[in-house]
Amino acid sequence: MEQQPILQVENLQKHFPIKTGLFAPGGKRTVKAVDGVSFSLERGTTLGLVGESGCGKSTTGRMIARLMDPTGGRIVVDGVDISQLGGRDLYHFRRKVQMIFQDPFASLNPRQSIGTAISAPMVAQRITPQGGLKNRVKELLEQVGLKAEHYNRFPHEFSGGQRQRVGIARAISLNPSVIVCDEPVSALDVSVQAQVVNLLQEIQQDTGVSYIFIAHDLSVVRHISDQVAVMYLGKMVEQGSRDELFDNPRHPYTRALLSAVPLPDPRQARAQEKIRLRGDLPSPANPPSGCVFRTRCPLFTTLGEEQKQRCVGEVPVQAAAGSPACHHSTLAGALAAGVQ
Amino acid sequence: MTQPQTRPTAVAAPAPKPASAPRAVMTGAFLEVRNLSVKFPTDDGVVSAVNGMDFTLERGQTLGIVGESGSGKSVTSQALMGLLKGTSAQVTGEALFQGKDLVTLPEAGMRQLRGRNIGMIFQDPLSALHPFYTVGHQIAEAYLVHNKATKKQARAAAVDMLGRVGIPSPDMRFDEYPHHFSGGMRQRAMIAMALICEPELLIADEPTTALDVTVQAQILDLMSELQQETNSALILITHDLGVVAEVCDDVLVMYGGQCVESGPVDEIFYNTRHPYTLGLLNSMPTLTTGSGKLNPIPGQPPSLLALPQGCIFSARCEYAALAGDGVCESQRPQFTSEDGHGTRCHLSGPQILSIRNSR
Amino acid sequence: MIRFILRRTGSLFLLLVAVSFITFTLFQFGPADPASAACGQECTPERVQEARVALGMDQPFLVQYVEYMRGLFSSRMIGAPGAESLCQWPCLGKSFQTNENVSDIIARSLPYTFSMAIGALVLWTLSGVGLGLLAALRKGSATDKFIVGAASVGVSLPIPVTGLFLLLVFVNQFHLLPFTTNEINSPFGPQGPLAWVLNYLLPWIALAVLFSASYIRVTRTNMIETFGEDFIRTARAKGLAPRTVTFKHGVRAGITPVVTMLGMDIGLLLGGAVLTEQIFSVPGLGFTAVRAAVSGDLPVTMAITMLAAFFVIVANVVVDLAYAAIDPRVRLQ
Repeated sequence: MEQQPILQVENLQKHFPIKTGLFAPGGKRTVKAVDGVSFSLERGTTLGLVGESGCGKSTTGRMIARLMDPTGGRIVVDGVDISQLGGRDLYHFRRKVQMIFQDPFASLNPRQSIGTAISAPMVAQRITPQGGLKNRVKELLEQVGLKAEHYNRFPHEFSGGQRQRVGIARAISLNPSVIVCDEPVSALDVSVQAQVVNLLQEIQQDTGVSYIFIAHDLSVVRHISDQVAVMYLGKMVEQGSRDELFDNPRHPYTRALLSAVPLPDPRQARAQEKIRLRGDLPSPANPPSGCVFRTRCPLFTTLGEEQKQRCVGEVPVQAAAGSPACHHSTLAGALAAGVQ
Repeated sequence: MTQPQTRPTAVAAPAPKPASAPRAVMTGAFLEVRNLSVKFPTDDGVVSAVNGMDFTLERGQTLGIVGESGSGKSVTSQALMGLLKGTSAQVTGEALFQGKDLVTLPEAGMRQLRGRNIGMIFQDPLSALHPFYTVGHQIAEAYLVHNKATKKQARAAAVDMLGRVGIPSPDMRFDEYPHHFSGGMRQRAMIAMALICEPELLIADEPTTALDVTVQAQILDLMSELQQETNSALILITHDLGVVAEVCDDVLVMYGGQCVESGPVDEIFYNTRHPYTLGLLNSMPTLTTGSGKLNPIPGQPPSLLALPQGCIFSARCEYAALAGDGVCESQRPQFTSEDGHGTRCHLSGPQILSIRNSR
Repeated sequence: MIRFILRRTGSLFLLLVAVSFITFTLFQFGPADPASAACGQECTPERVQEARVALGMDQPFLVQYVEYMRGLFSSRMIGAPGAESLCQWPCLGKSFQTNENVSDIIARSLPYTFSMAIGALVLWTLSGVGLGLLAALRKGSATDKFIVGAASVGVSLPIPVTGLFLLLVFVNQFHLLPFTTNEINSPFGPQGPLAWVLNYLLPWIALAVLFSASYIRVTRTNMIETFGEDFIRTARAKGLAPRTVTFKHGVRAGITPVVTMLGMDIGLLLGGAVLTEQIFSVPGLGFTAVRAAVSGDLPVTMAITMLAAFFVIVANVVVDLAYAAIDPRVRLQ
């Protein structure tokens, strides 16, 4: 029998109540930041989570790390549903899932030495590594490409890339099974970004850790991910293996997203299929009925009245893992060919 | 792609002898920057942010200035805008804009140019717009400084401009505050503000970095459209080589406050002549390449407080040994250009070619 | 905007009730026994009990509180049964010392406190914000360093020092100004506004030296921060004149923390500037409160305490409203 996935997310939800004030009418309204998201993550692999700001990808990541409490659904890590854990159980769970944040400077305490910062998770979990805490930290420093003598330095003495290495060292200190990387290289320069991406891949090869890699840079996601999931306005619109999704995107949103990425290659850029989305993301507090993407969907405008009615009235669901959440995805490919 | 000689290009000229360079004889270039340097005295020493920039730009052209953080690309734009006047920054060199030297022009004269002849768009539209005034007010204000007009006329002009940058129901949106706008709308509003007086030169400093890709594509399209409409010159400052490839005619690559390579966009991407540019291109994952290892540029950018004596890139350059005699460590390379494609490197053309082919 | 004001005013009312209750409780269960204080010398237990009844203190606590609060809305009878006297609206009780209505005492003191507060306020706001702005604009220059230095000195000078120094120099030594007199408590009095200004000038300066020092610091820090903001760069990039950039774009954005400070300080100052009033012998609220506290005149002390709390709360609400007027983002929610 095949090994079960290290992480399974089923119908995950995060609904925030909207504060309406003491005397305001209207009853309880919610913002559905994450609404029915499901995916699974195999051991030792990387799942890229992409989408525009406000699509709920970071919220999803935070719920997996239980930095936020889900309002519905299940998060199964290593066979255990951790979505409702509390108290001691939650405390012990924290060893399993760790997180790396976008801004390595903001997530380090400026008055705390690098050594203290990296040892903090082990101290909090009351773990005494063989050979002592300090030696373990020095080991970690070297593992992420820093030097053991950096132990007593402070965050401001480091460059952005080095700080992100510190963040990585801290995340791997507990030997977690899953690391949620929330835009880990977005704040870094291109040349440094490649160093950090390589480091993340090396660590995965050495330790077999699995990553949830949240990013808006699709090129980096394509490079590092095995599976990719695309979110829009709190919903999963399409997911699949890296090559399948990038080479043969089936959801109109995925297509538009990919075609919007500027290619660092002038000839290709000139030749690229360009689908331009009109307008802005609708307010998550007041999303469109039916398919949430229909207000910006390039396919929608080409549909017949009856087909449109279906988009307006019926919420599209993924028929199977890997199929796009779109009523008319079969038409999307034909349309794109027509545009060309 | 060969270029007709008459086509004006944004090209770096060798700094030491501008008089003998054929391009410099052609007086009245739209924008001609010569040996521009910016230094900031600080408590820790003098920060050399820009060290001898040279380039020219004509109307209708788009010049991309690419570089990583600390490369001096934003400081260059601020120097051109005269925004460093009245600060401790020391700006030297020349920046002739339609014959006027922006470096020596006093603040009062500079103020006449800002907004009217040179417009500017910044990275983060939320912080670049004043939170306490309506979007329309801020745009109309830009119109009123440079035009003798009534408030009503200014409003009409601003509403018209908001419509042109693609903001729906502009008359209503005029009275809304920046926090009512989405990120993309805000950047559209910034563009409207920068273009309301139809400046001949637009400087956009990382205009799409804070935006999502789909919105970025909209904004880049919009900027190109408006540029063609008004035949203005555009300087696009960015760290994103993808954006450069998509929008720019010419590219200038900056490293450590210097221009290390410049030329037409295809030249830079397909006939790269500087190891740094090569390193940048190689370190990027792309949508078409597979996984495997990326090739980062080793090390960190140099400290602007103490630039190396030799080539600024030498410490991170994998090929510094090829030039021989330790010349890369001991001597600053001159900027040399050929067919409008210039580079600042000690390596010979054939050496670069063999490096490029080995990749 | 109107909803915002209504909501704020609603919360203001609730706060006032809470504060009055807390104050009342504190005085009820405090160490001072008003009854024994009121019965004077030669106190026998019987007389204390009489006093207790006369003061209404034999009633349960809540009844007393409700009675007291009722006085804020209507006149009420006060005193022992059979010996009641009318306490005119607004009734805050009667002074143990003089048997006067407390509201009359307060009404007499308020104009002095107002006179002190208004002038000092104008003086320190103008000097504090002005000098702070100047220092921010000339950051790093000699002017900046001088202003910051002066502010450090100013903030460390206690009122008695500045006050007595001013009196010594301007009144005793050079006779440039008169000593403050109780006869003037309004610019609209028979002596005219000039006499009013001259009368209060020294206390104003004493207060302004202390307060403007912190205003200079806050203004300077905030303005320097604001001048570094992106929207200031945008304003310059539009080609706006420096004055427009500084005032319209800079000061409006950087001034909000000063507004907060101002609101709090006005509230505090209206409750009585105790030290300043003592030194310059101005019979304002602070002066009266000290005298009442020393002589154990509980109704007066309590009424002034409540009034001071009232001023602070009202000032807070005014600050909130001012914020909403300055910053459109606050009107949201």
